[in-house]
Amino acid sequence: MAARLDVQKTYKLFIGGAFPRSESGRTFALLARNGSLIANVAQASRKDLRDAVVAARSAQPGWAARTAYNRGQILYRVAEVMESRRGEFAEDLNRCGVPIASARKEVERAIDRWVWYAGWCDKFHHLAGTVNSVAGPYFNFTMPEPTGVVGIVAPESPGLLGLVSRLAPALVSGNTAVVLTGEASPLTAVSLAEVVATSDVPGGVVNILTGATKEMLPWLLGHRDVNAVDLTGAPNLEAATVAEAAENVKRLIRGEPDDQSPYVIADFCEMKTVWHPVGR
Amino acid sequence: MVTLPRRAGRLEEVSTEVVTPAASAVFAPRSRSGVALRVTPVDEVGLEARARTFTTRSIKTTSKRAAINLAISCIDLTTLEGMDTPGKVAALCRKAVRPDPANPGLPSVAAVCVYPQMVPAAVLHTTGTGVHVASVAGAFPSGQSSMAVRVADIEQAVADGADEIDIVISRGAFLSGDYRYVFNEIEAQKVACGPAHLKVILETGELGSYDQIRKASMLAMAAGADFIKTSTGKVAQNSSMPVALCMAEAIRDYADQTGEIVGLKVAGGIRTAKQAWHYLVLIAETLGTQWLTPDLFRIGASSLLNDLLLQIQKLDTGRYSGPNYVSVD
Repeated sequence: MAARLDVQKTYKLFIGGAFPRSESGRTFALLARNGSLIANVAQASRKDLRDAVVAARSAQPGWAARTAYNRGQILYRVAEVMESRRGEFAEDLNRCGVPIASARKEVERAIDRWVWYAGWCDKFHHLAGTVNSVAGPYFNFTMPEPTGVVGIVAPESPGLLGLVSRLAPALVSGNTAVVLTGEASPLTAVSLAEVVATSDVPGGVVNILTGATKEMLPWLLGHRDVNAVDLTGAPNLEAATVAEAAENVKRLIRGEPDDQSPYVIADFCEMKTVWHPVGR
Repeated sequence: MVTLPRRAGRLEEVSTEVVTPAASAVFAPRSRSGVALRVTPVDEVGLEARARTFTTRSIKTTSKRAAINLAISCIDLTTLEGMDTPGKVAALCRKAVRPDPANPGLPSVAAVCVYPQMVPAAVLHTTGTGVHVASVAGAFPSGQSSMAVRVADIEQAVADGADEIDIVISRGAFLSGDYRYVFNEIEAQKVACGPAHLKVILETGELGSYDQIRKASMLAMAAGADFIKTSTGKVAQNSSMPVALCMAEAIRDYADQTGEIVGLKVAGGIRTAKQAWHYLVLIAETLGTQWLTPDLFRIGASSLLNDLLLQIQKLDTGRYSGPNYVSVD
């Protein structure tokens, strides 16, 4: 019997719930440490970024308007589908140089982290929100609200856990996200996109762009329709690049690649304070 | 090899006679200058293929800026809602005169387009600015009223100060073959317009085929339309590239046959700057650049203007802009 032909996966972008190639037609070669080719991956351009922001913006009000309970259900579903594809995630990490035992461990921790954040959807308001005592006859509440469209620069390492640790808390409060994965571990990011696409997450809530972060980050920071950017995956930026974000007073977030805390959810929120007269 | 069985007499069973309604058989419209019109059939496949090619052009930097400025100056900034108020129309007019308050270098739009009841408010806020006031009239958007009512509607709008009138043809009469009625109706409404320009909406989404659209275009032009317009924006199927091309070709052929120049207005569903310059390319390559002026080409739109402004901001600042940086309609 003839040997079976290889069926190679095309690693594409994830924009608005669809998997397009880059508008530019570009790809980059993902190489193993020994220089052998792992895969050709789509290399996003600034126009893909623009399209992703449009998709994220149009999805944001609907995602935020869902009940917190429903967002929790959907995010939990993401974890369920990840669970059924554990082997694939571990293999992706392994192909990018993570030993298989630690790859399996990382996948388990990433799934557990999704579950953990999914549970916070209908709970974090009680932690991040406050009832303030004020010097007057008013009820005074501070409540967290989603910032809007959030750009996320995924940490290079750990490949999957770092991405999950930044993406999941951003989604909890009702933000939509445009993720730049960088060139180090795009395979797990694309696999995660496939999970998101089959987990009841509305199109546009998560958008994932593989490619050169350095090329696209100035466009993301300068984009006037992006409300916040998480720079955890880009720790050593030049001041001039970061200054791009100042023009529209963008919220910049810097955290840890492997962090698990309800306060990370609050990092992606705006705090709104309401004064309400005390009645009789 | 398989031989298909012959069916004797099958051809004879089918009548080859084309049945045409009696009205159209005797009705042969002439242009204003008396030229008898020929309406040739439309090649549907060729038309759609040609229309697709207009969407593949790459327009960048200085050409892009020129295209955006031209598109702005060709817009009929439109609000046609039951909930329109004089206040909303006033805001629309201010935006029409100066689309982006932060950028005084931009041109004004060609006209504001409103319901007849809103014409006085629109006139009040556009006088002396060069922005025209267009009013839909004549039982828009259905056209299902008597001729007398439609004419009175137009006369009132013109008396209130509208200098452009958008009417819609009676699709019911057109589809049942009563072309003479449609012709006479347009003619009467043209008389009612007096000095105002007449734009005739064909409502192409309800005409059924490109042949019908071409026929209606010729009919409207012969009956005195200054502009022919694709759609009201009130039915599911709006303007599209093939429809606009079909009408542009009718305008071109009408001009060839009669020497009379008629304008084109596309309307409905045109929301992005890209769509706008697809239409500009279509006009330039079908009718020639002499049609690329607000006197002969209009785009009926509301949200399109904001997208054009966002594109200008991107060109000016080098940063992608967002809806927070333009006014809410």
